[in-house]
This record gives sequence, C-alpha cells and structure tokens, in this order.
Amino acid sequence: MQAKLSVVALSVAAAFALSACGEKEAPAPVAAPAAPAEKPVVVVKLGHVAPMTGPQAHLGKDNESGAVLAVEELNAQGLEIGGAKVKFELVSEDDQADPKQGTIVAQKLVDAKVNGVVGHLNSGTTIPASKLYADAGLPQVSPSATNPKYTQQGFATAFRVMANDVQQGKVLGEFAVKQGVKTVAIIDDRTAYGQGLADEFRKAAEAAGLKVVANEYTNDKATDFKAILTKIKSTKAELVFYGGMDAQGGPLVKQMKDLGIKAKFLGGDGVCTPEFMKLGGPAADGQFCSLPGMPLEQLAKGPEFKSKFTTKFGYEIQLYAPNAYDAVMVLADSMKRADSVEPAKYLPKLRETNLEGVTGKIEFDEFGDLKGGAISVYQYQGGALNYVETLGGAPVAAPAAPAAAPAEEKK
Amino acid sequence: MKNWLNPRSTVGIALIAVALIALPFVVGAAGQAWVRILNFAILYVFLALGLNIVVGFAGLLDLGYIAFYAVGAYTWALLASPHFGLHFPVWAILPIGAVLACFFGVLLGSPTLKLRGDYLAIVTLGFGEIVRIFMNNLNSPVNITNGPQGITLIDPVRFGDFSFTGTSQILGLTLGGPQKYYFLLVALAILVIVINVRLQHSRIGRAWQAIREDEIAAKAVGINTRNVKLLAFAMGASFGGIAGGIFAAMQGFVSPESFSLIESIMVLAMVVLGGMGHIPGVILGAVLLTFLPEALRYAVTPVQMALFGKILIDPESLRMLIFGLALVLVMRFKPAGLWPSPERSRELGDKVAEGAK
Amino acid sequence: MDIFLQQIINGLVQGSIYALVALGYTMVYGIMGLINFAHGEVVMIGALVSITVTGTLAAAGMPLGLAGLCGLVAAILSCMALGWSLERIAYRPLRGSPRLTPLITAIGMSIVLQNLAMIVWGRNYMTFPPLLPKINFEFAGTHFTLVQVVIVLLSAAMMAGLVFLVYRTKLGMAMRATAQNPAVASLMGVNTNRVIAAAFVVGSALAAVAGVMVGSYYEIAHYQMGFMLGLKAFTAAVLGGIGNLAGAMAGGVLLGIIEALGAGYIGDLTGGFLGSHYQDIFAFVVLIIVLMFKPSGLFGEKTGDRA
Repeated sequence: MQAKLSVVALSVAAAFALSACGEKEAPAPVAAPAAPAEKPVVVVKLGHVAPMTGPQAHLGKDNESGAVLAVEELNAQGLEIGGAKVKFELVSEDDQADPKQGTIVAQKLVDAKVNGVVGHLNSGTTIPASKLYADAGLPQVSPSATNPKYTQQGFATAFRVMANDVQQGKVLGEFAVKQGVKTVAIIDDRTAYGQGLADEFRKAAEAAGLKVVANEYTNDKATDFKAILTKIKSTKAELVFYGGMDAQGGPLVKQMKDLGIKAKFLGGDGVCTPEFMKLGGPAADGQFCSLPGMPLEQLAKGPEFKSKFTTKFGYEIQLYAPNAYDAVMVLADSMKRADSVEPAKYLPKLRETNLEGVTGKIEFDEFGDLKGGAISVYQYQGGALNYVETLGGAPVAAPAAPAAAPAEEKK
Repeated sequence: MKNWLNPRSTVGIALIAVALIALPFVVGAAGQAWVRILNFAILYVFLALGLNIVVGFAGLLDLGYIAFYAVGAYTWALLASPHFGLHFPVWAILPIGAVLACFFGVLLGSPTLKLRGDYLAIVTLGFGEIVRIFMNNLNSPVNITNGPQGITLIDPVRFGDFSFTGTSQILGLTLGGPQKYYFLLVALAILVIVINVRLQHSRIGRAWQAIREDEIAAKAVGINTRNVKLLAFAMGASFGGIAGGIFAAMQGFVSPESFSLIESIMVLAMVVLGGMGHIPGVILGAVLLTFLPEALRYAVTPVQMALFGKILIDPESLRMLIFGLALVLVMRFKPAGLWPSPERSRELGDKVAEGAK
Repeated sequence: MDIFLQQIINGLVQGSIYALVALGYTMVYGIMGLINFAHGEVVMIGALVSITVTGTLAAAGMPLGLAGLCGLVAAILSCMALGWSLERIAYRPLRGSPRLTPLITAIGMSIVLQNLAMIVWGRNYMTFPPLLPKINFEFAGTHFTLVQVVIVLLSAAMMAGLVFLVYRTKLGMAMRATAQNPAVASLMGVNTNRVIAAAFVVGSALAAVAGVMVGSYYEIAHYQMGFMLGLKAFTAAVLGGIGNLAGAMAGGVLLGIIEALGAGYIGDLTGGFLGSHYQDIFAFVVLIIVLMFKPSGLFGEKTGDRA
C-alpha cells in the first residue's frame, strides 16, 4: 500500500503534472504540520499514453485533452475513496505510435507505479504494451485501439471503451445489405486497421449473401488507385468498401468518378472525417462511412461534453476525446465501487462496470470489449456529415470471439 | 584499436566489465524503463555491427539491412508463439533465425554481386521493401505471418525454467525483466564484438578491405571477390537475424511496421556517424542515436515552451531533421565518422588529396 | 478489351510522371555519376510551393489560370535555387571522395528536406487547386481527362527539349564532355563546376514541373509525396539505362505500364495468390531482373567499372 500511493500534504499546489517526464515522484510524504486536522489526500496517478509527437500527434493531443477534462472534473468532485480524499493526476507519456517506444513508456508507467492506464491510441502500440501492464497487474483501458487481438490475448487487465474492428466490420456489412446492393468490391490499405476492418466486412457481407467480386489492395502512402479501380470497374461491383484512412479514401472516390465508376462508396471511421470531404471534393457527396458509438448530439451527455470541451480547450473534438474521457471515468468509477485505488482491488470491479458515459452505456464482456458496441452510419451531403442511423449495440450478446481471425489464437 | 583488447590493459578490461555489470543497477535506479532503453541501444549496437561488416568492412552499401532483422524476428515469432502452436527453445530458434537470415543474405547477395555501389544501394533498398511487403501480405491465402495484424503473445527468452520476463532473485539480487535481458544482450554483444574484431584482422577481413578500396585490384591479386562479398552479406545478415530474434522475444509482439525503410536508414546512420569500419566507433554511433531521441524529447519540448510559450517544432520531426543533418555534416566534415579508426582517417585524408583525379 | 486499354492509359499516365522525374535523375547521374536521392524531395517542394503561391494569389482575386501559371513559375524558380544550393552546399565539397560519401549525403538531404517541408507546410495532405478545366474524354469505353493528356504530352515535350539541350547546344556539349572525362573537359576550357551546377538546375526545374503536374493530377500534395515517387522514378531511370535520356523516358513508361497491368491482372493470373497488394514489388522485381542480365539497364551503354 505504502509503495503504491504517495501521500502528500494538502498544501502541495494542485499543479497539473502533465509533463511528468518520468522523473520520480518523491515518495516521502512532505511532513505536513500545516493541516493536521484535514483528511489525508491520496494521489491517484493515471497513466495516459498516445502519440504526442509524429504524424498522429493531433489525435494524441485530442485523447489527452479528453482525459485531462475527466481528471479535472473528478478532482472538482472531491471524491473520497477508502476513507481518504483522492486527487487524480495524469501522467502523460508519448509513444510516437511506435511499438518499440510503446513498451518503453509502458515500462515507465509501471515504474512510476501508476494506478491505472488510459491508452494507448494505436493498436500497434497497445498490444505490445498490454503485456507489460498485464505482468504488473495494471488495469489498462484503451480509448481507441480497435484491433480485436488486443483483448483476445487473455490478459485480465486489458479493456477498451470503443467498438472493435470486428464489431464495426460486421455492422458495415449489415448496412451494405440494407442498401440493396448485391455485389461489393473491397479495398484495404494493408495496415492493421484497414486490413482488420476489411476482413470483418468481407465476412459479414458474405454471411449476408452479398457477392464479393473483387479484393483489391493499396497502401497507406498511395495516391494512385486507377489500376485497381479499373479492375473493380470491370467487375461491375455496386458498392466499393474501403478499409483505410481519409488521406487515401478522398483521392480514391475522386478517381472512381474520373473512371466513370457509379458504385457507392462505404468506409469505416478512418474516412469519416472532414479531411475526407476536403480531399474527395464533390466526389465525396452521397458516400457513406461509419463511426463507433452514437453521435454526441444523440447522447444524453454528449452536447454538454462537446461544449465543455470546446470552452476549455478552444478547439473542436478531433476524434476519440470522448472515449478517453470515458476511459478515465470508468477507472475512477470502479475505484469508487471497490473503495480502493489499488489495482489488484479495483480490477475485479472494473470488469463489472456499468456506467452511462459520454459515449453511451459502457459494459464489458468477458474479454474486456465493449458489450454490443453501437456503430453509427453517416452520409456526406453538401460538405457535411449527416447522421443516417445507428446499428448494432442493441443486442447485448457478446460478439462471438472466434469470429475474429483464426481461432488458434484463443487459449 | 588493438589496445583495448590487449592483455596488458587488463585493468581497462576490468574497469569496463565492472561498468557493464553496474550499469543496469545504476540506470535501473531511475526506473526499469531506462534499462529497457539501454537494451534497445545494445540491440542497435548488434545491428550496427552486423551492417558494419557489409558497409564498413566490405564497402557495399546496403539499404535493406532491416530485412534480415525482420527475418530473425519473424522466425522467433513463428517458432515460439501460439500462432502455429510452436514453442521451440532458445538454443534452437536463434540459430535457425541466424541461418535463415544468412540464407536471405546470400539470396540478396548473389544476384547483386555484379552491381556497382549505387546500383547495389537501390537494389538492396528494393529487397528490404520486398521482404516487408511479403510479411505484410502473407496472411492469405495461407496465413503465415498474420499480415499487418502482427503476431502476439510471443514467448520470452527462456532457459529451462528460467524466464527472462518478470522479476527474479539471483545471488541475492533482485533483477527486473529488462535487467535480465540486459545481461543476455551484453553477453551476446561481447560475443559479436569479439567475432567482429577477429574477422577484421583475419584473411577475410583484409580481403574485404581490399575489395572496399579497389575491387579490380583485389581480383587481380587473387581474391575470389564473389565469395568474399557473399560472405560479407551472409555474416552481416546472420547478426541481423539474431538481433531480430531477441527483439521479438523482448517485445512479445511483432508486426511489419517495425521493419520499415526508415529503420534501415537509421542503422546505416549509426554506422556512418560512428565511423564506418571501426568497431568502437560503430558502437558509439548506435548508443548515441538510441539515446538522442530520448534526450531530445525531454529537452526540446520544455525548451520550446520556455522560449516561445508553445511547441513550434515537433520533437519527432526535429529528431529526424537532426539525423538528416548529421548525415550530411559528418559526410562533409568528418567522412570517416565521429570516431574513425586511425588508419581509415589517414586513408580518407589521402583520398581527398588525390580527389581531383 | 476496354478494360485492358484503360489499364494501358493508366500506366501510360503514371509512367509519364515517372519519366518526368526520371529525367532529372538521369541527367545528374549521366554527368557526375551521383544518385541524387533528394531529387524526389525537390519534386515535393515544387508541388508545395506552387500550392502556396497559387492559393495565395487565387485568394487575392487573381483568376485561377493565371495564379496557377505564377505558381508554376514560382515552383520552377524555387526548385532551381534549391537544386543549385544542394549541389553547391552538399555535393560539390564531396567531389572526389569515395562513392558512398555523396550517396549518404543524398539520403541525409532527403530526410532534411522532408522534415523541413513538414515543419513549413504541416503534416496534413493539402488539396491542390485544379489548374486545368476538368474535361472528361470517353474513347472506346475508356475514360481519361485533360490533365492526363497534358501530362503525357508534356513529359514527351520535356524529354525532346532535354535531348535538344544536350545534343544541340553548347552547354549540352560541355555536359557531354564533362560526363566523359571531367579532367580533360576542364583542360579544354569547360568550366565543369558550372556545367554540373547547370545540370542540377535543369534537373530541378524538371522536378518542379513534375511536382506541379503530379499535384494537379491527383489534386493533393504532401510532404512525403516525393520519396516513393523518387524511388520509382529512379528505378525507371535505371531500367532504361541511367544516363540515357530516351532510356529514362522509356523506362518510366514501361514501369508505369508494368505496374498497372500487374495490379490489374496478376490476381487472375496467379489464381488469387498474388494480388494488387504486391503492386509496389513489381518495380523492384523488374529492376533486379533487368540488372541481373543487363547491369547497365535496357538502353544503357556499357560504362565499365568507372571508379
């Protein structure tokens, strides 16, 4: 217990330890003669990991801001856990979206004896880091890692507050069926995200009786898609599904138009961005994409969160800030229910989470995945993303685990 | 060069040994994370020494070196993970990885032997990309590498019951996982350094040097340039393979994104910056370039915040910028590297003098 | 059939872009035997400069066509300056040093330029204003646009112009002399420093044109757009026989068509074992095969072991 918590006096200024660059927290309590009558204050350190530098820095910053907001609110509430006042502190680390760096910063958080971890942003760093957290018994809640493998490794400490690729791919397959198309072409960008999503979409589409007439591939740096699109054109597919990001998706719809392809376009959250519309231009109009969760406007706490966020930080939510916020709240909530900030004690309670978060209801299945994560479909119209409908989410049945990739992974 | 391995300098060796043994404990006091960084530094020393054989000794510019690292990492990942349900022991996997990487080295080497320096550079670069692209795509029709999703739950290094992850008590000392890996890595690194030193001063080493300086002359004096060059590729590749295996075991996860072109360039930068063909120099280069980003990260952000009140330049791009600039500047002002071998800098001095030719 | 024709058109356009960039590589290589790895970055800088200039002028109320022209001119001028300074600062001091030295410098320069561009223009993809009117042609079931036609014609014209420059002008003669033997050329009164600088400047101007064309074709530009393009173009130059202008053109077009046909048909040919995910491999595989059998490329002269 002593080692896990650093007890400091109330008089310590409540400065935000965002830049706690691994320097060691002085464990020795400052002799506190000033306020003897007050209750002791327990500092709960929450690690936050996301790429704060590099190409995805804007998303990392977004996640961090979401977490910061949550921590500030928690501190304002003046929670008491285990008979002591708690003060949450965010220890923010940068993994540069690099798997190697991911394990280094994970080790830093383990060394710093944080009480829980919010992160990482990318699946590529979340997976290798999850091993370290599992070994240390540290609960980890990722706001945005969607690779199904993350929670299938059998670690009791791995959770996420976002629908995974399996869930999203499935819903997109259902949606394609509802659009009344019979044949689909699938393109993916050969990244863990794009390929995972496209695979799940393929399974769902085939299960629903759609015919997959072309499987084509590109990469996440490509600009020319004419060769594969020409091939898709020859198959007369009625819908083109793209598993990948906006930087390729935008030019892709444009080139579809240039080649005279009339098929509809559907993509996942990677193309559900303003950037896609900017790059796709008029060709983006009428195309569909999906985002995990429900639109903030439709959720009880959504609009409030949105306005709080923009007021505080002065910029719009990029992508996953609400999820990062919820991840912090989920951790705090289970600490409350366990009446302990000790990982070993509150971890069982984390699994029993039942929380109404900003992004909707949060409950975990036996893997640590979001139960029946809802997915919303949007359509681009006149330069704006219009909400179409929300699919999935209603049946609370846990998604069949073997649906994700080869079953031999399961232990 | 020989001095620090000379028996007369036993004191020096003893000092180095004490320093190497004490290092993980000193660094570990600041947190195991730093030991982990140290481990990556040694891993890069490994890689840089391997590449040094090809680039530094034999003078063949290889821009696809990371492919061998990838081969080693995937060998370990496939033979010791639930992916295929195989769990081979260390003493089997590491040699298999080294041999496989060596095979790839020959595979790359043999068709490219005729090529001159710059053609070779582009072909090796292409080779590195080919290997990466195959690893990224070999998940269908038969799932071999699991594609971009990578392979999870890879076994750590284990000797019998002794695992290199987790904390354990040895001789009354508490050792964390990274610290145990540190000693393993240091042991392997010393082995590699000894092999390198021996190689350099062997017949083969001199043959490499001859090829580096003048291939036609080397041929004329009876060196079988083809075999000797192939040997350089093969040796370099096997070191890469071993490093890859340890990387997979340490990380517990591999995916193709760890083996991109920029990693090849990074290892090359270590060799070039430290001093091509000079073993202590290469070691220095590897250690320097591993710690530089860490140092930058802690320095750049606060300094910019203090100076401008906001972050103007992302530390990540600054790091790359410094890498690039370092390559350019070192080539311009210290073409033999920061710590060149005495003879090499002399040779280069001559070269510049007769440069007008 | 129309699909096959469409793939050929796709390949031709892509190949013309490769060719345009390859000309710059080949020019520098032919004269001083240096792979200017940073050439792709010059293309990128050209594209980004023209976006900024065009965008600013168009926003100030200038008609788009004129603004685009100014953007092109600005791109050409700044790339020429960049090419000149690259040669002056990075490569000239290394003349006469071992072969590896300038190559590593070039890689370093490429990294520096990419990151500088990222600091200046940011990480996001920028949209390129459509400089040419969007006219779609339909011919025998194939679709193509005005931009594509212009790209093909322009790169052919550029190559013709370059051939004229090298074989019909005094500067060209000096260039060929320098390529043959710099020492003798300088004895014959050729200012080799100026000739080499000129080669860099001309090559960079071509790169700027290529950058603007690529940008207006895909309507996007990005700080990393030059690297892969440069690699492919270099492959094209080697394929055609580096140092040979017509070879660069032929190599570029060939590479483009191989890639398009490969991506389009390899999946069917191999029964789905290989597919368009191997598109980026084709260039390298073809390169390795060609170099194995013809080490100096398809149209290259035998150069021997020039030290």
